[in-house]
Amino acid sequence: MGAFLLKKGKVQKINKRIYTVTEISQEIKALLENNIGEVWLEGEISNFKAATSGHFYFSLKDQNAIILGAMFAHANKGLKFKLEDGLKVICFGKVDLYAPRGQYQIIVERIEPKGVGSQQLAFEQLKKRLAQEGLFDLSHKRLLPKMPFSIGIVTSTTGAAVRDILQILKKGAPCVDVVLRSVRVQGEQAAGEIAEAIEDLNNFGKLDLIVVSRGGGSTEDLWSFNEEIVARAIYNSRLPIISAVGHQINTTLSDLVADVFVETPSAAAKIIVDKKNALLAELSGFKHELSFAMNNIISNLENRLTALTHTLKSPKDSLFEKQQQMDELSVELDYNMKHCLEFAFERSNSLIQRLEALSPLSILSRGYSLSMLLPQELIINEVSQVKIGDKLKTILQKGVFISQVEEVFND
Amino acid sequence: MTKEKSTFEEDLKKLQKIVEELSSGKITLGESLKKYEEGVKIAQSCSFTLEAAQRKVELLMKKDGKLSLEEFDDSSTEEK
Repeated sequence: MGAFLLKKGKVQKINKRIYTVTEISQEIKALLENNIGEVWLEGEISNFKAATSGHFYFSLKDQNAIILGAMFAHANKGLKFKLEDGLKVICFGKVDLYAPRGQYQIIVERIEPKGVGSQQLAFEQLKKRLAQEGLFDLSHKRLLPKMPFSIGIVTSTTGAAVRDILQILKKGAPCVDVVLRSVRVQGEQAAGEIAEAIEDLNNFGKLDLIVVSRGGGSTEDLWSFNEEIVARAIYNSRLPIISAVGHQINTTLSDLVADVFVETPSAAAKIIVDKKNALLAELSGFKHELSFAMNNIISNLENRLTALTHTLKSPKDSLFEKQQQMDELSVELDYNMKHCLEFAFERSNSLIQRLEALSPLSILSRGYSLSMLLPQELIINEVSQVKIGDKLKTILQKGVFISQVEEVFND
Repeated sequence: MTKEKSTFEEDLKKLQKIVEELSSGKITLGESLKKYEEGVKIAQSCSFTLEAAQRKVELLMKKDGKLSLEEFDDSSTEEK
C-alpha cells in the first residue's frame, strides 16, 4: 500500500501520466528488482506443491506475514532433501512480481533447511521414508549362515578396509574363500557401483554372505552408504549382508538395512572368525558328549552284566555251602573214627597183656625151658618119650638150641 | 564351495542328532558303537574343514555384463 501511495505521489508529480496495468506492473517489477533484488530469506514452508513441470510452488511464512515462493525445475533438480510443509528454511532468491496474478513472490535459487545441513535433512527424510516402507524391519533381517565358507566383499581393493578384513580372515579363519568386487567407496559414482556390486555378487552365486565395507572417514566420505540406491540394493540382496562402514558411531542407511551391522571392517571379519571358533568349540563339545554317552552306555551294560553275574553265582555259592558242610562233617567223622580206633586199641592192648600173662612162653622168662623131640617137634613131657641119640630142640626165653640125648634116667 | 557348505550344515545337524540319540541311551550297543564311530568321524571332518587353510581370494570382474573371476594377490594387502 505504501509503495502504491508513493507511486501515486510520484504519478501526481510527473505530468499526470496514465499507466496501463501492464505498464504499472512492469514499473513495480522493476522497482522490486532494483530496490530489493536478490535476498536471503528465512521462513517456514507451507502449501508446498510440486508441479508436473518439475517446478515447486509454495509459501514462506512467519508469525505475521506470508510471501509466495517458486523454485523452478532447473534450480531444484540437485536438491538433496525434500521440501515439505512446516519445514523451516533459509533460501536465496530474487523478489519478483508475478504480473498475471498481481502477486509478488520470491524466485528461489537455493534453499537450505534451517538448523541442520541439507544433507543431514535429506538423510533424515530418506531414513523416514525407507523406515515407513519397511526396509529396516527386523522381520526382513536374515540370519547369517552357521559358517560362511565363502564371502563376497564389496569395497575398494585399494582401501584399508579390504586389508583389515583379509588379514583377520587369513589369521583367524583361513578356511574362508573371498570374492572381492572392487568399487569406488566415495564420490558421485560410488553409490551406483556399490549397488551394482551387491547385485553382481548375488548373481555370481556360490557365496554365503556379502560384506559391504569401507574404512573410516568423514560423514561426507561415507555418504554413498546413505544413498537410497545402496539401501535398496542391500534390501533386495538374496544373500545376508554385513554392513561395516567407517569407524564412527554414525549409522549409515546401509547399516540400518543390512542384516548385521558392525562399526568397523575388522569387526565384520571378526564375526566370521568368531563363528568359526564357536563352531570348533561346539564340535569338540560334541566329541566329548559322544565319548561321555558311549562310556555311559558301556558302564550301564557293565553294571547290568555284574548284576546278572551275581545272580548266576548263587548256585555256586550253595555248592560251596554244601562243601563246607561236608568238610565239617568229615572232620567230625575223622575225629570220631580216631576216637573209636583208640578205644579199640586200648582194649586190645589190655587183652594182649592179659593173654601174655597166660602164655606158656611167659614161664620161660622165669628160667624154665621147653624141649621138643626132633624132627616132629613134639613137646617132651616124660622121659620115656626119648631115647639115647635123639635130637632135641630146646626153647629158652631167649634163643633156641639143639642137643643130643646121651643118657636116659628112668625114675 | 556350495557343496562344501551344504554338507557342512547337514553334517552338523546329523552330528547333533547322533549326540542326542546316543545320550538317550535307547539304542543297542551295536547301534551305539556304529553311531559313535559315525559321530566322531563327522565331528573330525567338520573340524578339519574349519581348520583348513587353503583359502582363495579372487576378484570378481564384470565386462559387458559378464562376470568373471580373476586372481587377487592379497599379499599386497598385508602390513609390512
